[in-house]
Amino acid sequence: MTTPADTPPPQSDEALEILLGRLLQVGVLIAAAVVAIGGVYLLLTRGGWTPAYRTFVGAGTALRSVGGILSEAVALKPDGIVQTGLLLLIATPVLRVAFSLFGFARQRDWLYVVLTLVVLTVLTAGLAGWQP
Amino acid sequence: MSYVVLAAVLCAGSVVAGFLGALTGLGGGVVIIPLMTLALGIDIRYAIGASLISVIATSSGAAAAYVREGFTNIRIGMFLEVATTLGAVAGAIVAGYVSTDVIAVIFGFVLFSSALQAFRATHDIAGAETSSPAAVRLRLPGHYPGDGGRQSYGVTGVAPGFGLMVVAGGLSGLLGIGSGAVKVLAMDRIMRIPFKVSTTTSNFMIGVTAAASAGIYVGRGYVVPELAMPVMLGVLGGSLIGSRVLVLTHTKILRRVFAWVIIILALEMMYNGFAGRI
Repeated sequence: MTTPADTPPPQSDEALEILLGRLLQVGVLIAAAVVAIGGVYLLLTRGGWTPAYRTFVGAGTALRSVGGILSEAVALKPDGIVQTGLLLLIATPVLRVAFSLFGFARQRDWLYVVLTLVVLTVLTAGLAGWQP
Repeated sequence: MSYVVLAAVLCAGSVVAGFLGALTGLGGGVVIIPLMTLALGIDIRYAIGASLISVIATSSGAAAAYVREGFTNIRIGMFLEVATTLGAVAGAIVAGYVSTDVIAVIFGFVLFSSALQAFRATHDIAGAETSSPAAVRLRLPGHYPGDGGRQSYGVTGVAPGFGLMVVAGGLSGLLGIGSGAVKVLAMDRIMRIPFKVSTTTSNFMIGVTAAASAGIYVGRGYVVPELAMPVMLGVLGGSLIGSRVLVLTHTKILRRVFAWVIIILALEMMYNGFAGRI
């Protein structure tokens, strides 16, 4: 006779996957809402301005780092708000990876805990804007 | 052109790009970059930054629906994300040192081969019968909901599949696209993972891959809020509509038409790159 403890719960993987999928969707919706709010503000304040994107100048220095973006958003600058929404969007899949770390740890799947940590390290390095 | 007009044009174009991208499985990035560079004359670095952002949005937005169907294999996804994220960071770094003309030519080439892949009839192979020892050790084999209950599948070709995933990640980081076509190729053709599992797992991985290089692009100033805003919202909206239509209608003819459009865009990107006009 098999007790529940002998057989791994077959639902656990699927339940985890569904939870992770939801997390992604909610993250995207929040990010899109922030971008949309900042976008409306941007159009209202700067709609008539004629932009020149033919030559590359790049975003302003304040909009290139997490700290700079957040302080622009706190100052209620429209481009700071949009850029904050974009940061939330970038953070969403990273959060998904972080959450699956807990999922694998709960299943005592140490091999995948290590693999997830590797992915998380690469993501963090990329997000920190790390460059050689 | 004032900013309001530019934003409206970009948003409308992005809705179409997201819609067609979802229908064909090629993603919105492959259309949005030619639209911005060829039609609107925007520097390709701004286009890559905006496209990369839209890739994260569509991949993550669609993930919940795919996951609920039970096809996504999160172990295959996580294992291969090691390859794609490393490739993506490398690609984004390389992008900072390569001229935009070279990037345009590579983009055209990748676009061209993705379009050819869209012509391929969708098939539904059952996957490998037996798994390689490496795949078993990594616990990659899985099962998906089939006609007669749970269908198990094996996985092979772990090392070459992983290698091709590094390339897929590199292209994603270099060009700001999801490179879903290369990811599916690696999983479906080389690792012999069933097609449905390959496509859904690939979608799951695209957002994580793009996030790996997005930070580098923000840091380099490629992500401009004025351009990323209409593109992200447009592509997201278009892809949500596209995934609904995908369920409702037979899309074979539309896929073919779109593949031809992409081939023309690919040739134009390559021509402009060679002519040094990007």
